Amino acid sequence: MAFLEKACKKAFGKALWVYHANAGACNGCDIEVINVLTPYYDAERFGIKLVGSPRHADAVVVSGPVTRQVAPALRRLLEAVPKPRLVFAIGSCACGGGAWFDSYNVLGGADKVIPVDFYVPGCPPRPEAILYGVALALGLVPKQVAEEHLTQESLDQLAEGGILQKEAHG
Amino acid sequence: MLTAKLREALICFRAGRVTLPYPFAPHDPAPGFRGKITLDPDRCFGCGGCANVCPAGVIQVRDAGQLLRVLEFQWRRCTYCGRCEEVCPEQAITMSQQFETATDRGDDMVMRLEVFMGPCQRCGRCYTPPTPLDRMDRTGFRTSDGGRS
Repeated sequence: MAFLEKACKKAFGKALWVYHANAGACNGCDIEVINVLTPYYDAERFGIKLVGSPRHADAVVVSGPVTRQVAPALRRLLEAVPKPRLVFAIGSCACGGGAWFDSYNVLGGADKVIPVDFYVPGCPPRPEAILYGVALALGLVPKQVAEEHLTQESLDQLAEGGILQKEAHG
Repeated sequence: MLTAKLREALICFRAGRVTLPYPFAPHDPAPGFRGKITLDPDRCFGCGGCANVCPAGVIQVRDAGQLLRVLEFQWRRCTYCGRCEEVCPEQAITMSQQFETATDRGDDMVMRLEVFMGPCQRCGRCYTPPTPLDRMDRTGFRTSDGGRS
């Protein structure tokens, strides 16, 4: 039995079955998600497959700024997905609410309702960006963004000719 | 019917590989693509015009005391409309071509920009010196070890 479990983990570890939940999206992100599954981008080579029921799914793809009506349904949907599971937030709306982040009928992002594992920003994200998110989840590519703290040049840097040097080189 | 299937199979066989080798080979977007915003801190003078036009309210401007203005970019909800780039008088904000911004931490999608400002003697609010060199005269301007100039 332990052997069977090990074999299953090895065989199914990187085959994500995905359930796609639209939580009030404008369909832009939905079209890009479908785009990713076409033969040109072909997410199926990573084992990604869309399924029709959350009970069959390993991962949930959420698009849209979660509206008030859909929030309880989204919560119930996630309860139906067996653990371990991944939640992808696709698009600026699902990541942080988009242009509707402080609207009265919108909760402002999927992570306000359910725990989100991976964020794919973009409005809509390119199919490549979604593929990149999937590859990041599978550990195939490194993460490229980090929190940025930018300050202006201080006196010492200016004394070394910071701005002038930069213009001479750039 | 079988011949039709065979012909179809032959067509598919001749077409070769059509799938993009994307995550293993780069696939750059077309020119004009608007990706993640990039900031040039030395060009920004803190006018806040970008915060004024941003439809998603990505940019928050607050004055940390009288000497420092902090622009916080919550670009997780950026809609990549490019209005900030359009309105910026100093081209401090540009839209890069970077689209590979997927992350597993929400805090990764934050940028903070600190701009040195001078306080108005009458109202106490921040205002910007006319040229970058005049910034050095301001009491808010700090040396790299945090000391005042």
